[in-house]
Amino acid sequence: MMYGYYPGCSLEKNAIAYHQSMMAVARKLNLEFAEIDDWNCCGATEYFSLELLPAYALVSRNLALAQNQLKNGRQLVAPCSACFVNLLKTDRYMARSPELARQVNEALAAGGLHYEPGSVEVRHLLDIIINDVGYEAVARQVVKPLYNLRVAPYYGCLTVRPGLEKSFDNPEYPTSLDRLLDTLGAEVVDFPLKAHCCGGHMTQISEDTALEMIRRLLKNAADYEADVIVTVCPMCQLNLDAYQDSVNKKFGTRYRIPVLYFTQLMGLAFGLRPVELGFGKEFVSPTLALAKIGAEPPPRPSKKARPSRDALPMPEMPEEE
Amino acid sequence: MSKERIGVYVCHCGSNIAGVVDVAEVARWASEALQDDGVVVARDYKFMCSSLGQELIEADIREQGLTRVVVAACSPHLHEHTFRKATERGGLNPYLCEMVSIREQVSWVHTDRHKATEKAKALVAGGVERVVHHEPLEPIRVPINEATLVVGGGIAGIQAALEIADSGYPVYLVEREPSIGGHMAQFDKTFPTLDCAACILTPKMVSVGDHPNITLLTWSEVEQVDGYVGNFEVTIRKKARYVNEELCTGCGICEEKCPKRVIDNVYEAGLGYRKAVYRPFPQAVPKYPVIDTKNCIYFERGKCKACQIFCPTKAIDFEQEDQIIQVKVGNIILATGYDLFDARRIPQLGYGRLANVFTSLEFERMCNAAGPTNGEIVLRDGVTKPQSVAIIHCVGSRDRNYNNYCSVICCMSSLKFAHLVKERTGAEVYNFYIDMRTAFKDYDEFYQKVLSEGTHFIRGRVAEVTDAARLPGEEGKLIVQCEDTFIGKQRRIPVDMVILSAGLEPRRDAKEVAKKFGISCSADSWFIEKHPKLDPVATMTEGIFIAGACQGPKDIPASVSQGAAAAARVLSHIQQKELSLEPVRASVIEEKCSGCRICNGLCPFNAIIFHEDRRVTEINPALCQGCGTCVAACPSGAITGTQFSNEQVLAQLEGLLKIPVNGSSARLPEPELA
Repeated sequence: MMYGYYPGCSLEKNAIAYHQSMMAVARKLNLEFAEIDDWNCCGATEYFSLELLPAYALVSRNLALAQNQLKNGRQLVAPCSACFVNLLKTDRYMARSPELARQVNEALAAGGLHYEPGSVEVRHLLDIIINDVGYEAVARQVVKPLYNLRVAPYYGCLTVRPGLEKSFDNPEYPTSLDRLLDTLGAEVVDFPLKAHCCGGHMTQISEDTALEMIRRLLKNAADYEADVIVTVCPMCQLNLDAYQDSVNKKFGTRYRIPVLYFTQLMGLAFGLRPVELGFGKEFVSPTLALAKIGAEPPPRPSKKARPSRDALPMPEMPEEE
Repeated sequence: MSKERIGVYVCHCGSNIAGVVDVAEVARWASEALQDDGVVVARDYKFMCSSLGQELIEADIREQGLTRVVVAACSPHLHEHTFRKATERGGLNPYLCEMVSIREQVSWVHTDRHKATEKAKALVAGGVERVVHHEPLEPIRVPINEATLVVGGGIAGIQAALEIADSGYPVYLVEREPSIGGHMAQFDKTFPTLDCAACILTPKMVSVGDHPNITLLTWSEVEQVDGYVGNFEVTIRKKARYVNEELCTGCGICEEKCPKRVIDNVYEAGLGYRKAVYRPFPQAVPKYPVIDTKNCIYFERGKCKACQIFCPTKAIDFEQEDQIIQVKVGNIILATGYDLFDARRIPQLGYGRLANVFTSLEFERMCNAAGPTNGEIVLRDGVTKPQSVAIIHCVGSRDRNYNNYCSVICCMSSLKFAHLVKERTGAEVYNFYIDMRTAFKDYDEFYQKVLSEGTHFIRGRVAEVTDAARLPGEEGKLIVQCEDTFIGKQRRIPVDMVILSAGLEPRRDAKEVAKKFGISCSADSWFIEKHPKLDPVATMTEGIFIAGACQGPKDIPASVSQGAAAAARVLSHIQQKELSLEPVRASVIEEKCSGCRICNGLCPFNAIIFHEDRRVTEINPALCQGCGTCVAACPSGAITGTQFSNEQVLAQLEGLLKIPVNGSSARLPEPELA
């Protein structure tokens, strides 16, 4: 399968591990990503909070380039959740507001470009893996299951934003990454804050606010005894990984939870070598956590064991298809 | 020059019509301009529907020798019957009267007096042209079978069945569960009086079981409905109970001996267990158990038979089969109730994931002394009493992501829960609500009482229920995150237990049931009544009535009232022995019918029959409601509707186009010839 690829700034620098592991995994899954030529920054969050029109124009330039360059199909993959949301909402808002589309296209015309809303379908990498590849095809590639590794699936607040029609997972309590990690053999812990914000660029604006938000997430993962936090977004990865020390200093805590990209774990389960997957660039080393991965699956809790005679039955949940 | 002598009567409706339309001018114009069309007299009057107004029409028929009557007034929905009667008293066939709506279609929707008057004239002209083609019709008379079918054995259906049976007429009560009682049988206390639900319900259930006029068919479902008002033929599947009702004494030994325990998702709302052979509850009516073949060890593996071995009367019969029963009834009452909104659909509220989040129905069972905890309010571990409880209103209701409507009962039941928690555990109680809706008798007084008991009320929608502790004091608790709209702040309230007041939804199969009985459903799937205010228990299909929550969310008093009201409507039909049906019906001209069957699937009232042998379609006049769908659909023009024939509709159009619009005379366009 062939997709247009919008890496975004982080995948070239701080999140190069995401880029490397994504490409390594893609080869295993027969996915091809053709990078859009001459792309520019998506504007992150700052640009949108200052002035909207230049922000939309900035993003739509990428859409216009993708529209012109994509030959097979018109799907554009953005692995970074912030880039994904900016590209997606620009397309949707331009479709919804002809006036916005007119103004944006007036700006694009200066560079000889034009973007027709709806002509590029923007998708998150996680969406591609779970829906286009599918859990079964992923399972077929697993040669070294991640038995015994307790993982907290962290979606962040942008991946499954509510309000944008056609979300690939439940915006309030997503489960697609949970299921993907389960497919890899990992032990997925309940992670109630899975769709909460990591603080984004708050680290630059109000560090106190940001550190509190990061602390909550680390505490939640630690409370559920997760060995690793698994992320789908470079911003989330950076905040939880690089600021873990600052959180510990500020709150007197001793968290040492490695924060890895889901593609890195996929690669490990596929039997790829860590060096191909960009390991070694983390602030919090994953070595100890990854050493827990066992060769045997953990014993399944016996179904017959009831907690106690008095206990009331739990509501039955629908079986996953 | 028309051979008919037509009278035109223009109503003022006080100022309802006269305030916008120059009614005197309409009458004057009609008497002059429509003379050639046969109008011999045209009058305006303050209230045509008053007895004086009607006498005016009667006198003109007699004195002026009128042969047709046109009344320009309100919608025919309201007074068509009135003016037909007046026409009949004057000595004409009642169907020679035509109504023109100049209130709903003119005065209420326009403001420009001149234009409104011109439009009223056009409509009157249309009515005059049309009435010429009316034919005298005789109402269709059908005998009414005295028996009634009631579908659904909840409180609404029970009430309806008892009212009719007590009047001396036979009733078939069909219930799909093993026992009657419905949702009310699951409750502990009822608001606002807090009397015990079972204490007031079970005497009625027993009356139903004992009643000589009621044939109770539980564990049964209606498969097919044929016929029409007065003469329905209903096919009912009586599912195999695997228990011989003649022999069973209801002793309960089979339940005791059955080794298979399963979670009871219906009666116990998933909070308790039952056996594979079971009665939902000890006071079940009828007292006979059923075997749940999906869980029975014998049906799974061909071994066990514990129930059969221990049954003292040899009543267990593994060979029993479903029975098909045919009954003839004159009227049908649907009282099929509601389903509870599935709280799993709102994952952020944690139901199914967080052990101590309960639904309202689970909590009802928990409070019930005969329930899984013997009435103890405890956490999911079955022993710990909660010290703080959150009750969340409007779960799945008043929420555009799920249901827009208000589920009506949840405010009051949430208040009841608050009271019960306080009374039985002394815990702190937090009610999270959007608006407090405590209409109806003694309801707001109950709210005042709960307020005075010290329950905390927080106005705002809950964002999430989580076990992710963030602040001191939150460890090991469920935290309810919500916006307190009174103080304009986000709040986090740690509690031990959360109760979700889930909304009411139409039965999952409501649409299929509606189709089976030939009635209609709203977009949400609630059954639609004939008129939201003036005819709340009838449907557009004659002889089929609805009662209780199948029509929309309702509490017990309202459901009982509707059950009784539907019974009263049925009794009125039975007492009349014979019913006159509107003769406005569609019929098929057999010679023109090509047998294409396009109309067959379109009839909303299942009135169309196809004769395979002759390859022609026929319309059952008693079932047909005269809606005209098939008339419009027939490609060969083989179907005509009385009073809606092509001649009548085209004549009306001619009349409508007589009036010059905006100064230029509109004419029918000449057909283009190839």
